[in-house]
Amino acid sequence: MSTEAHNHTADHHDDHGHHHKDTFITKYIFSIDHKMISKQYLITGLFMGIIGIAMSILFRLQLAWPDKQFTVYEIFLGKWGAEGIMDPNVYLALVTIHGTIMVFFVLTAGLSGTFSNLLIPLQIGARDMASGFLNMVSYWLFFLSSIIMVMSLFVEAGPAAAGWTIYPPLSALPQAMPGSGAGMTLWLVSMAIFIASSLLGSLNYIVTVINLRTKGMSMTRLPLTIWAFFVTAIIGVVSFPVLFSAALMLIMDRSFGTSFFLSDIYIAGEVLHNQGGSPVLFEHLFWFLGHPEVYIVLLPALGITSEIIATNSRKPIFGYRAMVASILAIAFLSTIVWGHHMFVSGMNPFLGSVFTFTTLLIAIPSAVKAFNYITTLWKGNLQLNPAMLFSIGLVSTFISGGLTGIILGDSALDINVHDTYFVVAHFHLVMGISALYGLFAGVYHWFPRMFGRMMNKNLGYIHFWVTVIGAYGIFFPMHFIGMAGLPRRYYTNTAFPYFDDLANINVVITIFAIITAAVQLVFLYNFIASIFYGKKAPQNPWKSNTLEWTAPVKHIHGNWPGPIPQVYRWSYDYSKLNKAGDDYVIAGQDFVPQNIPLQEDEEEMNH
Amino acid sequence: MTGFLIIAVLVLFAVAVWQMKGIFQMSQINKSDDSQIANDKDNRFNGKLMIWFLVFFYVFLIYGFWKWTSVLLPEAASEHGQDIDLLMLISMVLIMFVLVITQFLLHYFAFKYHGKKGQKAVFFADNDKLEFIWTIIPVIVLAGLIIYGLFTWTDIMNVSEDEDTLVVELYAKQFTWEARYSGQDNTLGEANVRFVEGMNTVGIDASDPYSTDDVVTRELRLPVGKKVLFKMRSQDVLHSAYMPHFRAQMNTVPGMITQFAFTPTITTAEMRQNPEMIAKVENINQLRNDKNVELTAKGEETLEPYEFDYLLLCNKICGASHYNMQMKIIVETQEDFDAWMAEQTTFGETLNP
Repeated sequence: MSTEAHNHTADHHDDHGHHHKDTFITKYIFSIDHKMISKQYLITGLFMGIIGIAMSILFRLQLAWPDKQFTVYEIFLGKWGAEGIMDPNVYLALVTIHGTIMVFFVLTAGLSGTFSNLLIPLQIGARDMASGFLNMVSYWLFFLSSIIMVMSLFVEAGPAAAGWTIYPPLSALPQAMPGSGAGMTLWLVSMAIFIASSLLGSLNYIVTVINLRTKGMSMTRLPLTIWAFFVTAIIGVVSFPVLFSAALMLIMDRSFGTSFFLSDIYIAGEVLHNQGGSPVLFEHLFWFLGHPEVYIVLLPALGITSEIIATNSRKPIFGYRAMVASILAIAFLSTIVWGHHMFVSGMNPFLGSVFTFTTLLIAIPSAVKAFNYITTLWKGNLQLNPAMLFSIGLVSTFISGGLTGIILGDSALDINVHDTYFVVAHFHLVMGISALYGLFAGVYHWFPRMFGRMMNKNLGYIHFWVTVIGAYGIFFPMHFIGMAGLPRRYYTNTAFPYFDDLANINVVITIFAIITAAVQLVFLYNFIASIFYGKKAPQNPWKSNTLEWTAPVKHIHGNWPGPIPQVYRWSYDYSKLNKAGDDYVIAGQDFVPQNIPLQEDEEEMNH
Repeated sequence: MTGFLIIAVLVLFAVAVWQMKGIFQMSQINKSDDSQIANDKDNRFNGKLMIWFLVFFYVFLIYGFWKWTSVLLPEAASEHGQDIDLLMLISMVLIMFVLVITQFLLHYFAFKYHGKKGQKAVFFADNDKLEFIWTIIPVIVLAGLIIYGLFTWTDIMNVSEDEDTLVVELYAKQFTWEARYSGQDNTLGEANVRFVEGMNTVGIDASDPYSTDDVVTRELRLPVGKKVLFKMRSQDVLHSAYMPHFRAQMNTVPGMITQFAFTPTITTAEMRQNPEMIAKVENINQLRNDKNVELTAKGEETLEPYEFDYLLLCNKICGASHYNMQMKIIVETQEDFDAWMAEQTTFGETLNP
C-alpha cells in the first residue's frame, strides 16, 4: 500500500495536468478533486445552516410570545402548528434538531470539512488528498446523512426531540415522547453515517498532513491552519468511535431488548423488563465525544483566525510555538474533561473534583491563545477586510464565552447554573458564534481561492457589524435569565408565575435573533451573487505567504501546473526587515511567500 | 416596559441601518477602486466602528447589570448556598475584570493600528518573557479558584448522615414530583418501580417494616435549620431536581438512587419579607395586572395575583410537559412542620385504612 501511494505521488510530481476530460458528473458530482469536494461541503453545510437557523427563529418566537399565535408555525410545522399554536413536542424537536444540525452538520462538516479539504493539500504543497476516492466517499456519506436527517423531519410522529444529547431513557422509549419513535431511529442512522464520513475524512487529513508535505515543509513550518486541522482530525478519530458505540448500544436498547442504559422503568402503565443498565453510562460515552466535539468545532476556527489575523495584520502570528503547543494542550485536555457535563448526573462526587481540575486547566492554553491574538494586532498594519473583522469578532466572543466557562467548569458553581440558560449563553458564544465567525472569516478570505472571484466587501462589512451586535444582543442577556434560575428546554416560561419577569428579556433576545438571522441573508446573497458576478480575483489578493496563493486562479487537477513549489521558510514572514533594517527582505514588499528562498541580506530564523 | 425595550432595539437597528448607509456612501466615493480589498478608507472607517462597538459593548454590559440584576435569584436560602454565592461573586468579579480589559485591548488595538499607506508593521514573532507571564498568571489565579472550588464542592457533596438529619425521598415521574418522608424511624422503606400499583404511587415495598411509617406527599415541607438528605429516584426517564433558591440540584436517574443534602436557613415567610423578593413579586404582579387588562378586554379569565413560594423544578428534558413539572417547597419552623406531619397519613394507614 505504501509503495503504491509513493508511486502515485511520484507520478504526479511533474504532472502537467494532461488528464482525461472530465464529464459533468466526474467534475461536479462524484469529484475526487479536493477543491470541488470542499465546495460541496461548504454548500451542503450552508444549506443545513439555513435550516438550523430558521428553526432557532421559530422556537425563539415561541419563547418570546408564548401566548400569541403565529401563522408562520402553521406554514412550517403543519399539523404541529395548527392555528398558529406550537405543539410542545415540536418545540423540543426544534431545539433538538437545531442543536444537532448546527453542531455536526454546519460546524463540524461545514467548517472543518470545507477548509480541511481546501487548505490541507494547497497549504502543504500536495497535488490532492492522500486518497481522493476516500475523500469523495466521505463527502457522499455526509450528504447521505444530511438527507436522512432532513427526512426525519417529515416522520409522522415527529423528529427526534430528546435534546441533541439524546439521553436515554427518554430517547430510547417511544412511550416517553413521540419523537423517540421513527424520528429517533432516523437520527441515529443519520449520525452513524455521519460518524463514518467524519472518520474517513479525518484519517485522510491525518495521512495527508503526515506524508504529503512538500520539500522543505517541516512540521514547524506548517501554517497554524494546518496544525489546527491536523489536530482536529486526530481528536475526531479518537472520540467519534465512542459516540458510535453509544449510538449502537442505544439502537440495541431500542430495537433488540438489551439493557445497556435502561433499568427499573415504569412507563405508560407497565413495568419494562430492562434491568441493570445505566443512563449515566450513556452520558459518559456521549460526552467522551461530546466535549472533544466542542474543540473539533472550535480548533479549525482558531486555526483559520490565526492565519487571517497574521496576514491582515501584516505581522507574524505572535508566539507560533506557543500557539502550536496550546493547540496540542487543548486537544489533549479536551479528551479528559467530559465529566464537567455530568457534575450533577449522580456520578461519584470525587470524579467531579477531578473533572473540575482538568477543566479549569484548559483555560490556560486558551488564555495563551487569546493573549497571543491580541499581541499579534499590536503595532500591526491592520487591513480590516471582512475576514479580518470576523477573526477579531471571534477573538472577542472566544474571550467572553470562554470566561464564563470558569463558572461552569467549577463543580460547586455548576450546581446552580447547570442546564439553565447560562449554559446556553456560554456555549453559544464560545463555540457556536466563535466557530461561525471562523466559518465566515474563512469564506471571505478563501472565496477568491475557491471560486476565483472576490466577494463584495461592503456587503461583508454590513454582514459583520450587524451580526456582531446581534450576537451579543442575543447571548449576553441570556446569562441573566440563566442566573435567574431559568431552566433550558422549557416550552414556555409562563406555566407558573415565578419567571414572568423574564418575559421582557426573552423579547429582547428574540428581536436580536430575528435581526441577526435576517442579516445572514445579506451574506447568502453576497455569496451566491459573487460566485457568478463577483469581480475576478487576482492570484494573491491578500498578499499572503501561504502556498495556496502560488497556485493559479483557475482550478486544475493537481493544483500547480508545473512542479510542486518547494518551501524555504515558515508562513509568517510578514514585514520582516533585512539585516540592515532599512527595508523589507524583498524591497518594497511586506511579505515573503513560503516558496521564496532565503535572501542574501536576510537573517535566518529558526523555522 | 416591553414597549420601551422594543423601541430601544429599533433605535439600535436604525443606527445599524444608518451605518450601512455610511458604508454605501463610502463605496460610491471609491467607485474607481473596486478591488474588493480593504483600502485606507475602509480601514479607517472600520477601525472607528471598532471603538463604537467597544462603547456599545460596555454600555450594554452596564445596562444589563443595572436593569436585570433585579430578576436574579435572591440570597441563598441554604447554608452551603452562601458559600456558592461567595465563590460565584469572586469568580464573577474576576471574569468582569479580565473581560473589560481584554475587550478593550482587542478593539482598541484594532482601531489604533488600522492600516494606513506607509505604516510599517513591527516584526514581533515571540517573546518568552511575555508569554511566560501570561501563562503563569492564569495558572496562579486558576489554582486559587480550583482549590477554593474543590473545598466548597467537597463540603457540599458530603452527605454523611447523623441522628438529626431528616431523610426525604424525591420521586420523579413524567410530569410530577412526589416526596416521601421516612417517618418516626427516619429510615425509608425499600422501594422499586415493580411495586407501583394503585395507591402505592412511588413503589414502596410493603413487606419492609421500615416502610409502614413512610409518608408520601405532593408538596415538600422542610423544617428550617435542619439538615435534609434527599434520596432521589425516577420512575421513567431522567429528571433533575433543581431547587434554585437553595443552590441545589441533582439528577434523578431510573435504576439508581442519587443524593443531595442541604440545610434550609430561611423560611418561606421570611423570604416573602425579603426586600428584594418584595420588589420582584411586585414587579411580577404589575406585569400580570397589565396582562389582566388585556384578558378582561377579551372577556377571558384573569390571572391570580402571585405570592412567592420556593420551587422544585425539573431541569432535565423529560418530555412534552417538562416545562410544567414543578413542586412547591415550604420551609417553616419545626413546630409548624411537626404539626403538618402529624396530619399526614402514613403508608401503612394508606394500605389498611
